[in-house]
Amino acid sequence: MAATSFYDQISANRRNSFLMAAFVVVLLGLLGFAIGFAVSGEPAGGVVTTGIALLVGSLAGIGTYFAGDSLVLSVSGAREVDESAAPQLLNVVREMAIAANVPMPKVYVIDDTAPNAFATGRDPQHASVAITTGLLEKLDREELQGVIAHELAHVRNLDIRFSLIVGVMVGAIAILADFFLRFTFWGGGRGRNRDSGGGGGAQAIVFIVAIALAILAPLISRFIQLAVNRQREYLADASGVELTRNPYGLERALAKIAGDAEVLEVANRGTQHMYFTNPIKKFEERSSGLMSTHPAIIDRINRLRQLTGEPALGASEAAQLAGLE
Amino acid sequence: MDPVVLIVIGVIVVLAVLAIGIYNSLVQKRLRIDEAFAQIEVQLKRRHDLIPNLVNAVKGYMGFEQKVLTDVTNARAQAVAAGAQGPAQQAAAENALTSSLRSLFAVVENYPELKANQNVLELQEQLTTTENQISFSRQHYNATVLDYNTAIATVPNVLLAGPLGFTKREFFDAEPEAANVPNVDLSLT
Repeated sequence: MAATSFYDQISANRRNSFLMAAFVVVLLGLLGFAIGFAVSGEPAGGVVTTGIALLVGSLAGIGTYFAGDSLVLSVSGAREVDESAAPQLLNVVREMAIAANVPMPKVYVIDDTAPNAFATGRDPQHASVAITTGLLEKLDREELQGVIAHELAHVRNLDIRFSLIVGVMVGAIAILADFFLRFTFWGGGRGRNRDSGGGGGAQAIVFIVAIALAILAPLISRFIQLAVNRQREYLADASGVELTRNPYGLERALAKIAGDAEVLEVANRGTQHMYFTNPIKKFEERSSGLMSTHPAIIDRINRLRQLTGEPALGASEAAQLAGLE
Repeated sequence: MDPVVLIVIGVIVVLAVLAIGIYNSLVQKRLRIDEAFAQIEVQLKRRHDLIPNLVNAVKGYMGFEQKVLTDVTNARAQAVAAGAQGPAQQAAAENALTSSLRSLFAVVENYPELKANQNVLELQEQLTTTENQISFSRQHYNATVLDYNTAIATVPNVLLAGPLGFTKREFFDAEPEAANVPNVDLSLT
């Protein structure tokens, strides 16, 4: 079987993610325009609100850019560890930082028996990696190396910055749409009828379009965010293998985590997309549907097997791989 | 002034600017190689320093397998001596040291008291991480050497590289068995 090269996967993923991010920004601008047009009754009003929407979006983005990582770490109950507390973990992180050619990140541990990990920070110079104690206990050195390589691939590929910013844009769309819909249902409509003499029909159409956009835009942007996130997980798996030159450690780690039914208690809807595997859902529910943050683990394992040219696995074979059945 | 003279002066200035640009980029690439090599050397040094500690820690337990220990000690001495002989020799000596360490670790597996000894376990972990760091630094070093060697061998750089004294650099070679696909037992218990 022909093996797909890492470099093909990586460049295709980069391109897709960029297009999707651009689309989310356009959607935010479009929603702002439609709302402004509908409320003021003329295109000029739309231009003003587009500006406001994009400005608020970027301000929130800047705030997250600088403070997002410490917020996420403290919400997750992560504590920083040093050489004496977790020597092997620090060693593995240092090895993979050398392989990825990024500075040594800060290392955090989360006291939770569910095996999981995430990386955050605005750039490789300000990156942090957090690992649960469950992951440290359950994985051997080679598997731990695979997971850390995956996380440092997120750091090197700037996924950590990307997901912070797209997350904020999606949030801005949701708030803007919500605000408009409430305004419309609680009195905005009456005021409009009093002001406008002629041209009420055209404005009504614009209003309907704006309402439709306000309903659809948050859904679409959320779908896009999730699709980007799933792509980025595949990309980080592929880049991680590029760093370790060993697909088996990551493959076994994924299989082990897939078979682990524990739910990570400190994760929530706001942080679930950042983790190594989806921390909230149980194994059988970890599907690859439109609304999931991560690809199904079995699909990730099979993409890794594609890299080595090995045949794809079924779910029960994957469980065997981890020594669970 | 004669327009021909002006044109000639102009061409010379443009060529000089191009040559300076090429020279600077080659110098930068060569410096990156030295930096990457320094990184490998730090870790090689660390490994050389760790080995006597490990040998001392296991010496008492391994009555019948002194040969494995002497092999490691000799390989270490050769690796230290090879430090001044350029990347290719150094890589060969370091690879010999790596394989002698592997056989030592394999023997350690047969001694339950050693496997339970906290000091030995720590040294083993330190040596494992150092070895991994060496191999990842080597990947990085070889990538910078490849980049530099390609740069001095392609047009237009090749025209200047020879006269200015930019010569090809050696790779820090991976050990032969590591170049093969890793043979990992997946039938875990």
